[in-house]
Amino acid sequence: MGETIIQARQVEKFYAQPNGNRIQVIAPTDLEIRSGEILAVLGPSGSGKSTLLRMLTGLAAPSAGEVLWHGRPVGAEPPNVSIVFQSFALFPWLTVLENVEAPLKARAVDPVARRKRAIRMLDAVGLDGFEAAYPKELSGGMKQRVGFARALVVEPEVLFMDEPFSALDVLTAENLRNELLELWQRQSMPTRAVFLVTHNIEEAVLLADRVVVLGKNPGRIRTDLQVPLPHPRDKKSEPFQNLVDYIYTVLTRPDEAPAKAPSGRPEAAAPAPRYPMLPHARPGGVAGLLEMLEDRGGRSDISKLAEDLGFAIDELLPIVDAAALLGFATVAEGDVEMTAAGREFAAADILSRKDLFRRAAFHNVALLRQITRALATKRDHSIPDEFFHDILDEHFSEEETVRQLETAITWGRFAELFDHDAKERRFYLPEEAAEVDRA
Amino acid sequence: MIRLPLLGRSVSSEGARSALYDGLVFCAIFAAFSVVLLIGRYWMAAPMPAAHISRSPGMLPLYSLYSLVRIAIAYVLSLVFAVGYGYLAAYNRRLQPFLIALLDILQSIPVLSFLPGVMLAMVSLFPGHQIGIELGAIVLIFTGQVWNMAFSFYSSLRSIPRELREASRIFGFSAWQRFFQLELPYGAIGLVWNSMVSVAGGWFFLMACEMFVLGNRDFRLPGLGSYLQTAASAGDTGAMLWGLTAMIGVIVLLDQAVWRPVIAWSDKFKFEQVESAHTSGSPMLDLLRRSRVLEVCQERVVAPLWELLGRHFAQRRGREDKHRPGPYGRIAAVLAGVLVLAVLAWGGEHAFRLLRGLGRADIGLTMRAAGVTFLRVAAALAIASLWTIPAGVAIGFHPRLARIAQPLSQIAASVPATALFPVLLLAIVNAGGGLGVGSILLMLLGTQWYILFNVIAGAIAIPSDLKEAASLFRFGTLDRWRTLILPGIFPYLVTGLVTASGGAWNASIVAEYFHFQGRILSTVGLGAVISSATDSGRFDTLLLATIVMAALVVGVNRLVWRPLYRLAETRYKLET
Repeated sequence: MGETIIQARQVEKFYAQPNGNRIQVIAPTDLEIRSGEILAVLGPSGSGKSTLLRMLTGLAAPSAGEVLWHGRPVGAEPPNVSIVFQSFALFPWLTVLENVEAPLKARAVDPVARRKRAIRMLDAVGLDGFEAAYPKELSGGMKQRVGFARALVVEPEVLFMDEPFSALDVLTAENLRNELLELWQRQSMPTRAVFLVTHNIEEAVLLADRVVVLGKNPGRIRTDLQVPLPHPRDKKSEPFQNLVDYIYTVLTRPDEAPAKAPSGRPEAAAPAPRYPMLPHARPGGVAGLLEMLEDRGGRSDISKLAEDLGFAIDELLPIVDAAALLGFATVAEGDVEMTAAGREFAAADILSRKDLFRRAAFHNVALLRQITRALATKRDHSIPDEFFHDILDEHFSEEETVRQLETAITWGRFAELFDHDAKERRFYLPEEAAEVDRA
Repeated sequence: MIRLPLLGRSVSSEGARSALYDGLVFCAIFAAFSVVLLIGRYWMAAPMPAAHISRSPGMLPLYSLYSLVRIAIAYVLSLVFAVGYGYLAAYNRRLQPFLIALLDILQSIPVLSFLPGVMLAMVSLFPGHQIGIELGAIVLIFTGQVWNMAFSFYSSLRSIPRELREASRIFGFSAWQRFFQLELPYGAIGLVWNSMVSVAGGWFFLMACEMFVLGNRDFRLPGLGSYLQTAASAGDTGAMLWGLTAMIGVIVLLDQAVWRPVIAWSDKFKFEQVESAHTSGSPMLDLLRRSRVLEVCQERVVAPLWELLGRHFAQRRGREDKHRPGPYGRIAAVLAGVLVLAVLAWGGEHAFRLLRGLGRADIGLTMRAAGVTFLRVAAALAIASLWTIPAGVAIGFHPRLARIAQPLSQIAASVPATALFPVLLLAIVNAGGGLGVGSILLMLLGTQWYILFNVIAGAIAIPSDLKEAASLFRFGTLDRWRTLILPGIFPYLVTGLVTASGGAWNASIVAEYFHFQGRILSTVGLGAVISSATDSGRFDTLLLATIVMAALVVGVNRLVWRPLYRLAETRYKLET
């Protein structure tokens, strides 16, 4: 591999709490972007993929550690990089041409040269004839083409992409991916490296020379592997499928050190998370998953399941995690399998399901147990949010704390363990439970 | 064969039309130039000791022009200030909480109670020139209209999507480019709508300013407001009708020639990913867009100049990155802070000494007056709600009715209430009534429209499937109102009531105390206390009453409207 362009040395991101605690978003991490490679970063939501991208581009400063650009710290001078954004981030009041010209304008390129370069770039991405259109007149795929043209027109040394295809439909995304690969392989752009953030495993294996898998809580590198397959890559081929399965296995077992990759070497492993985290899934989603599994004889490959459902891994994993946490399923080797409790749940009617869910939740989920017990001990069976908020605050970021509580409320309501009053911002035991308790 | 001549004709008519547009634009430029000359000559002239306001309708075009120029200058000042203030509040983390709190309070202070102070200050600043009184009026309109614009721009800046902001950073936009390609476009729509509201409020204050008399000093300014007041004082119905016609004419003209084109133009700043079916059009904007002269101007002069400026800032940014600003900036900031604190301390001390001179009787009287005005404002809001809620819902639910009623009510609402005061007073006096009840009527005049328009908007926003569900389940009238209509319009109603109550407090200053036909009409009330203290130069009472009024408005906002707002946002928000 080529020389190192960007190097992150022990970068980390944390938020200091007023009480002296730290919310660690990204643990100290080393990462290099080398010339000539497409580097893909994969990870569940909350693993700090986007934060990492922002630190590497100089958009966000790391809390500790440093990012070097050709050996010199970024910040001293802006690195020559561009970003393609998930939401396209086009200026809706500028025409396609003006959007692509904007970065050149910022570099004080004179108007004639600016126009010429912008038009040439628009041609390269297949947008000739659309110069005078406004972004809102274009389809999603066309908008992202403008996003690519705008990013490439400044001839960045490293092109960063933040889930560039995830807002597009499947076919458009596939088409754009291939065109990007073509531009890259023809070396028709002066860009020397590409950094791609994605949650789509196939996309990563299809495009990247190197895949870095992140874990969460805190975000950290779990494995860093080479993809030695030659282009064009065949998605149906066995080596391709093996790599995809391997990465699925790594992602679905967040608490285990990754096994050796089928072709590549794991580089890093990190400590287990400290406080059990509720996966953000709804009880209805868990029930749906279990019914689906029952139809498939109680066991299925997770990647197969995701593909059949048209889900991204990010969307399916929390549901699988939830089923596993509740003891309704187990996860092994990239497969998910129902347990006896899971079979019982899938076969039950709605009322018994609530019973089973209540028992499983109370038994397996620490946060729900804590809330229920705390409510039972209070005389008026009611406790303000703040109380649990403060407990969770010790372990999670503000945003995650709120999401944890929201999920706990959804589960607690379904299980009829407790209820929540959004106006008063208090948890309380439902009447029945409270009365039983008093008697 | 047949097509060719047709094509030819259409081309030639296109050319002729384009020349016509150019002619029109030329005329407009010349007209603007002579207006500037005219105004300049008038401003530099010696002040008129006691303004003589003619009642001849022939003077109306000139008077309208004077009023318009005042509004325009105050508006431009407001726009510049609002953008600067919003910018500072959004980006200066240390100043932000202070600036936002200040905004909240300044929005609630009854501007009209500053009228005397501002007038006296401006006249002494420019002795011997008409410009002093003019500036007083302009400053006053400015303080009345700037705050909501500033707040709108501030909140636009705060809500710019993160990725757009990051794009402008990663591509290295200079502050200049960021402002014109990201921040200003993003805030444009909010600024346009708030500008319309502000200018409507500006007319309200301008009318009051133009009629202003302080004790035996006559500060009246030649304009539409003073014309109407003079006409009503003299009981000249003909002149009154002329004045009102001119007023409505000016407002309709402004709507067609300024706001419609601006709204149509600002359509492109809508932050949407998909083109909406409905777009607003404006013939005036089409005219400007088709003008050859403007096009050439844009290509030859504006665009190159703009380019030069943009490049200057882009190059400067490249150089600036290398060395960061030194400690001087911080020292200057600290010094400025100390200076502001010193001025505040001095002012506070001065005010405190003024207030200490007040007797208990004065304070008691002011408090009683405050109570009376409070009840009057409440009554005005209640009466306004009583008729506007059913009317608004009826208009909102029946598109055919809306097509007739909406333009009519818009015209009615656009006439500033203060312009109608003299006319209405004449009627009250002739009917033998006093200001006690009459002032409620006057408050109602200005404030009911806010409620009406908001209720109409709320009724339109109720989804039709909810309405259909209500019919399907055969809701009775009472149930329909209780479960569908009232909750549906609630957030809009609250917004309308907040604006209306602010307007009513402000109106009380003009409505409870009035110079009319050579005598003073007044009633008990906080507004009357403010006005009479102004008249007799009792600045201690004026200060006390102003503070009481501001405290009341802020207090009601915090204790009544804000909780209702929160309720509206959490419970009664209809999300699609």
